[in-house]
Amino acid sequence: MADSLIIKNLNASIGDRQILKNFSLTIPKGEVHAIMGPNGTGKSTLAKVLAGHPDYTVQSGEATLDGQPILGQEPDSIARAGLFLAFQYPSEIPGVTIANFIRAALIARQEKGAPFDAKAYYAELYAKMDALKMDRKFTSRFVNEGFSGGEKKRCEILQMMMLKPKYAVLDETDSGLDIDALRIVSEGVNHMRGPSIGCLVITHYQRLLEYIVPDRVHIMYDGHIVHSGGKELAVELEAKGYDWVKKELASA
Amino acid sequence: MSENDESQAQREAIEVDRTKGDFKYAEDYAFDAGIGLNPQVIDYISKVKGEDPWILEFRQKALKIFNDLPMPTHWATQDLDSIKFDSIRYYLAKGQKPVRTWEEVPEDVKETFERLGIPESERKFLAGVEAQFDSEAVYSRMKDELEKQGVIFCGPTEGLRDHPDIFRKWFGKVIPAGDNKFAALNSAVFSGGSFIYVPKGVKVAQPLQAYFRINAENFGQFERTLIIADEGSEVTYMEGCTAPKFETATLHSAVVELVALKGAKIQYITVQNWSANVFNLVTKRGVAEEDAEVRWIDCNIGSRLTMKYPGVVLRGKRARGEVLSIALANDGQHQDTGAKMIHAADETSSNIIAKSISVGAGRSTYRGLVHMPKTLKNCKNNTECDALLINEHSRTDTYPAISVRGQKNSVQHEASVSKVSAEQIFYMMQRGLSEGEAMSLAVNGFVNDLVKEFPMEYSVELKRLIELQMEGSVG
Ligand SMILES: Nc1ncnc2c1ncn2[C@@H]1O[C@H](COP(=O)(O)OP(=O)(O)O)[C@@H](O)[C@H]1O
Ligand SMILES: [Mg+2]
Repeated sequence: MADSLIIKNLNASIGDRQILKNFSLTIPKGEVHAIMGPNGTGKSTLAKVLAGHPDYTVQSGEATLDGQPILGQEPDSIARAGLFLAFQYPSEIPGVTIANFIRAALIARQEKGAPFDAKAYYAELYAKMDALKMDRKFTSRFVNEGFSGGEKKRCEILQMMMLKPKYAVLDETDSGLDIDALRIVSEGVNHMRGPSIGCLVITHYQRLLEYIVPDRVHIMYDGHIVHSGGKELAVELEAKGYDWVKKELASA
Repeated sequence: MSENDESQAQREAIEVDRTKGDFKYAEDYAFDAGIGLNPQVIDYISKVKGEDPWILEFRQKALKIFNDLPMPTHWATQDLDSIKFDSIRYYLAKGQKPVRTWEEVPEDVKETFERLGIPESERKFLAGVEAQFDSEAVYSRMKDELEKQGVIFCGPTEGLRDHPDIFRKWFGKVIPAGDNKFAALNSAVFSGGSFIYVPKGVKVAQPLQAYFRINAENFGQFERTLIIADEGSEVTYMEGCTAPKFETATLHSAVVELVALKGAKIQYITVQNWSANVFNLVTKRGVAEEDAEVRWIDCNIGSRLTMKYPGVVLRGKRARGEVLSIALANDGQHQDTGAKMIHAADETSSNIIAKSISVGAGRSTYRGLVHMPKTLKNCKNNTECDALLINEHSRTDTYPAISVRGQKNSVQHEASVSKVSAEQIFYMMQRGLSEGEAMSLAVNGFVNDLVKEFPMEYSVELKRLIELQMEGSVG
């Protein structure tokens, strides 16, 4: 399957702690998958390992993006190959405006020295901001500096919409959002949904999945997926709680 | 020849690499003072220039002062001891008289400046340009209308010879030869630089620019600049400097004196992009009379060691002084910079904003001096020093010296140190930026609010230089 994000038997650690243990998952393009799991189980680790974070060591396994291996690549090559990570805790970049930041990211995807159509860029940026109900003034604010939790997440989705990745990993994008913001952010994601993108939505709560309805739901525990199912699995998990996972599924 | 071979051949012919300033042409000089420093070298320089006896005397006295003064290693870096004054060439020139059209400039020199974009920017936004190649200006031209208004834009030789009534009064007065060891050295061997006079009430709308280029190895460049803005006049001056990468150390030691008479405004802008073997030891000071303003915009990129503390003596009531500086110290570089504000009249105000960036094992030091004696009242100073460290090995030190004694004087001092974290770099790289691009974005963000104060053309150039430096700093 060339048109998928495929993760096979991935083992990864940070320091001397083994976090991902034989993790496998395939996300075909056009589908939205959700990963749910208790805190500390390795969800963010998975996102960062895929994105090439230098702090993690990959012992074994593979990950391919439309057939192209990504493990061991530099984070920027992986990003330009089409992987986008919406961070659970986005960094602040003082002095750099959102407009300049996204512009720099787009220029990094162009051929060196190619002209940049600033007019078209702003038109698109404003349209996407309108869709996310973001004030135009946001373009001149510095990336994530002094943003509320909800503003940070909206800013992540804005970047995703502008950069148009082939695969997007959204790490707890729902945390810190009130219901209105949650709806808006979900609309943004749903708007992007389609045959040309695959999404992995990481969440702790079922709530988000009422807005972004997943094709598949996976339950992660202790560094790997212990159970997979349809969207109803999220509801079941919410009802039974994570203790159910620990008791029933961990032993399975 | 294929396109590839052709560009290869071109590269070999002029020894260029991707850093813009790093190329050089063959050395063939009609005037050469030889190697080392002694009274005969000074006689030679003065004779070649056809100077009046008083200037030769000024030079010889300065040489004695230079020899007598110790190296300031008791407070400055020991690295100064690695300057070998005996193996430096103090005067190299292809000719004595700058020409007025680019066509007349010798071919290789012309190519040098064309590669650096000089004639192009002259056409675009400058009121006048002077281009110095090693010891002498090779080209100098100012718009005719300014000449008609009485603006003088020339070198020190012409300035002191043709307009002694204007320049002699101030020459060596703002910065006397004995000010410090390197000011003494410059006073002994100075050559090239800009002497500018702006008559009363004349406001020069576009900047005047000088470009200083070192081409020869083991060479010392000692330009001398004196700008006098007469009452109510205004002028902006920009200087740019580059040198190719040499194996051995090269010395650049300038003296810049500014005089802003009553109600005048001088803005002096430096775009420095020295290669990593240049010792850049420059003394810059301005005098601001009543209601006058002197503003230094000083950006120090590159060099092995830069020591530079632009100052303003606020001599008249309500005079204003400002230093806005950016220093970028890459691996193996030390930027020792700062500002001096000497308040010498009531109601004077000064502002210092210094931003430094240390990359890799780069080191930046801020030294500030703000002096307000107790006889004065209603003086104000604001000082802000911000340092940005990129990775653990870089280093920054701040030495603010503030002596404020008057009752109704006020000073504000703020300092901050921040770091570009690995998480920030990862975040930016996850958006597709290379490590170098991510770092230069972070650096540009850090200097952003200050750069907004700079003229447009200059901020674009600065941004580009920062990008070059940051790209070069990632392995
Ligand atoms: N820098 C680190 N050093 C050591 N352990 C870490 C580090 N970062 C995360 N961990 C540990 O790795 C485990 C997985 O963390 P994480 O992937 O963030 O979990 P999740 O996103 O599922 O809550 C946790 O037990 C956490 O404490
Ligand atoms: Mg997490």
